[in-house]
This record gives sequence, structure tokens and C-alpha cells, in this order.
Amino acid sequence: MSLQRFISEAISPWMKSGPGPDSDIVLSTRIRLARNMEQYPFPVFAPPEMAEAVLNDTAAEFSSIRLQTGSSLERLNMDDLNSNEKRVLVEKHLISPYLAERSQSGAVMLSPDESVSIMLNEEDHIRMQTLFRGFQLSEGLDFSNKLDDWTEEKITYAFDEKRGYLTSCPTNVGTGMRASVMMHLPALVMTRQLNRILPAIHQLGLVVRGIYGEGSEAQGNLFQISNQMTLGKPEEDIVEDLKGVVTQIIRQERMARDALMRSSRTYMEDKVFRSFGILKNSRIMESKEATERLSDVRLGIDLDLIKGISGNILNELMILTQPGFLRQYAEKELRADERDVRRAALIRERMELEKQSDE
Amino acid sequence: MLCQECQTRQAALHFTKIINGKKAEMHLCDKCARNKGEQIPGSNSYSIHELLSGLLNVEHISGNNGFKPQETEEPRQPVCDRCGLTYERFAKTGRFGCARCYQAFETKLDSILKRAHSGNHRHTGKIPKRTGGNMKVQREMEELREDLRTSIEQEEFEEAARLRDHIRELERKMQSGEEDA
Repeated sequence: MSLQRFISEAISPWMKSGPGPDSDIVLSTRIRLARNMEQYPFPVFAPPEMAEAVLNDTAAEFSSIRLQTGSSLERLNMDDLNSNEKRVLVEKHLISPYLAERSQSGAVMLSPDESVSIMLNEEDHIRMQTLFRGFQLSEGLDFSNKLDDWTEEKITYAFDEKRGYLTSCPTNVGTGMRASVMMHLPALVMTRQLNRILPAIHQLGLVVRGIYGEGSEAQGNLFQISNQMTLGKPEEDIVEDLKGVVTQIIRQERMARDALMRSSRTYMEDKVFRSFGILKNSRIMESKEATERLSDVRLGIDLDLIKGISGNILNELMILTQPGFLRQYAEKELRADERDVRRAALIRERMELEKQSDE
Repeated sequence: MLCQECQTRQAALHFTKIINGKKAEMHLCDKCARNKGEQIPGSNSYSIHELLSGLLNVEHISGNNGFKPQETEEPRQPVCDRCGLTYERFAKTGRFGCARCYQAFETKLDSILKRAHSGNHRHTGKIPKRTGGNMKVQREMEELREDLRTSIEQEEFEEAARLRDHIRELERKMQSGEEDA
């Protein structure tokens, strides 16, 4: 039953509770901690019986956790899911592609609002991820620390005084922390300023990726910015550095939006409303075009050109129109051309729904 | 043609190898080729792991393109005594096998970690409360000693005396087993 809920709704409940800080530009904030147990080999080289033991031990502990809302975590074993169900969870960012495809005795523990996701037997024994609306890095770190402290009471971590939290991959050792922020930067892309900003971001030890993480291309002007290094700086400093850079980018994006509206208001209106019209009326919609048009509409909402539509529509439709979700809705395999027809229909329906709820 | 090694699978790799001036024709299947450390050129896609192992850069696997005589095998390479992972395997996969591997490969770690973490090789972040034990106090003492040095250098003797007392107090606490300062 709960599996149905996790995979049938594109937008996680935590996202719906209204806009977060700076949410005209920052869609979400995520903190991920990688932790391992002292007594077991790491998952990548673990024999099957060891992986099973890790899963049993960790899942037993995490099932006793009670969140502030009084709710507990629900466990989904990768072995119990079909490939499309796993794909949908990946599209929603609730699990990683690695957990879905390559883990052994892998599982995820999810909070009902999907803001907490704990992957078990991913590349590390435990990967805790917490998600927040808008730009909330300090709040995210705070909450992650609490979850980590709770876990440390029950589970003895692989920790070394000199190297910190020991991880399977040397690129995660130390804090084991990856803090990331999902940003919508259409004006910086339009004015070609982002190409200038990106190299500077890299020099500061941060990484920029597309919406689906490592190796994924930027879609719909959405960019994930996160820390590269995990060793040698305390968590608070890593978060502060990231915060500083993100604050700068937010300011640049706002300035670019203002400049565009001042210098080319008609062009901007045309771009936004043209995309709005196409999304409301198309019968065939390819995925690349969908994400571009949705980005335009989201920009139109944030610039107050389009009224009465929730900004969440971008996040929601970006996920809803991914292949896994479309397949889940159709309840059968789809060819690429069938997907494009379904995608167009789904977007039209969703836009219609939004209009009705506004009236 | 069948693989000359396992005699069951189809041979996929055909090549001539010259060892000590002697010519030998080889016909191997994918699996046996891999086991023998032979590689089909262009058959393996370049992954993040390989990029990483490039970073780890072990001397004795670089240049291993299948034409290396067996006898020049590195005599001793670090092996984790707990999980059995060899350094070579770590370098190839870019993944540790268990917590103990960090000690087993300790001598090579500094340079690897520095390259991956902008020159850093020491953790300065969070310490687990329950199992971290004295680490927290020790780190605090290190910081205090550093402060003490600077305050002496800058001739701020009142501050130096205060810091000295604080350090002594911490030392006493640690000796008497009161860990939580």
C-alpha cells in the first residue's frame, strides 16, 4: 500500500507544504551522510551473507526511530521491487541508481513525507539523506546531525581519528557529507553568464551537476551544486562555503532576471506565454522540449507573469514526465513515440487541474 | 574456436605474445582473458572507477597491457589482513573493502587523499559522541596548545596563563578517566 503511495505521486509531500526560503531560485536542499559499520566489510566487496546481516541489523535499528511528527520509517527492499518501481524511486531522487541496479541486499527506509531517505547497502552501509524545501543548508545540517547522533547511539560506526568517517570510496571519507542545493537558473543560462560562473565554482571546490546527479546533463535549467571535498574541513565550514557561493548565484540570477525584464520585457513575456500555450495544447511532447517549456513556465510564475499556478508544477511535471513515471501511469511498456503522446496528455491534464483549483 | 584456457567458451581475443624471444599464439575468451590480466583494446568503457584508479596510480599496474612477463610481478604489495583486499584491487576499483583497509594501505593514503580533497588528508569535522571517547578532548587540547603558542609569541601572557591552566585541567580530567569535558 505504501509502496503505491511512494511511486504514484510525482511530488513528495514535503515539497507541498508551501514555498521555502528563496524558493523562486532554490528548489530544494539536500544533505547526505555516508556511514559504515565497524564490524562488517563494506558493501561493494561483501559476501552475500554479510550484506544480509548488515541489512537486518541496520533496518532493525532504523525501524525503531520516531520522527518529530511521531511517524516511523517504512522499509522497501530492492529485491521486492520490479525494475520500473525502482526507476520511479530514482526519478523522485529517493534512491540512487546504484542502489536500484547494483546493490546486494539493498533497501531504503523512507519517512511518510519522503523528506528522510536512508539507503542501506548502497556503496556504504548507510546513506542518510534529508531533503528540505528551498534554501535551508544550516537547517538541513542540523537535522542530519540529529539523525546521525541518534544512529550513533545504536550503531558503532567505522571511524578513525585521523581519517574521520570511513567510507567505501576515498572521495567520501572524512565527514562523509555531501551537501547540495538544486537551483533553477534560466536567466543566467539565457544571458550566457553561467558559463563564466561555472569555472569559478569549480575552483572553490564545488561541483555542478544536472538534476539527476553524476554524469547527468542539465535539464530545464536546473543545476545541482554540491561540495566536492569531504576531508579537512568541519561540516559547518563546508556548509558555510557552499552557502556563500549559492547566495552569490541567487543574487546573480535575480539581477539577470531583472535586467532581462527591464531590457526585453516583451521578449520575455512572449517566451513564457508561448511555452505556456504549447504545454496546454500540444499532442506530442518530447522530454527535452517538455523540460525547456516547463522551465519557461516556472520562470513566468516567479516573474509574476503567469498567475494562479503553483511553482511546484515544474518540479512535479519534471518528474511526472520521466519515462519510469509514464510507464507506471500507463501500466504497460511504452514505445518512445507513445511516451511523447502520453507526456503531452499528462501535462495538459495537469495544467487544466491547476486552472480549476484556482477558480 | 574455443578458448585455449577453459576449453568451453568461444575465444574472443586472439593475439601473438612474445615472451623472452619466443612467439606464442593466444586464443582466449573474455573471462579467461580478464583473469589472466589480458585486455581487449577498446572493449572496456572508461568509468569513474577507472578515472579514480588513474588517480590512485599504482606503479605496478600502470603499463599492464597484457604484454608484461609474469615473473616481474611485484613481490610484496599491501593486503588488508581483515578482508583480504589487495592494494592492486583497491587501486583498480577505487573502493576499500572494510574499515581496516585504511590502516593496511596507510602509507599510500596521504597522497591519494590529498589529491581527492584539495590537499587535505586529516579529518577535522564531527566525532561520534559515544565511541569517539577522548578524541574530542584531544582535539580540543591540540587547539588550545596552538592558541598557547600564538599567545606566547604575541606576548599575551595573561591569556597564555589562562590557556595553560585550561590545558592542565583537561589533562587531569583525561587521566582520571572523565572523558566528557
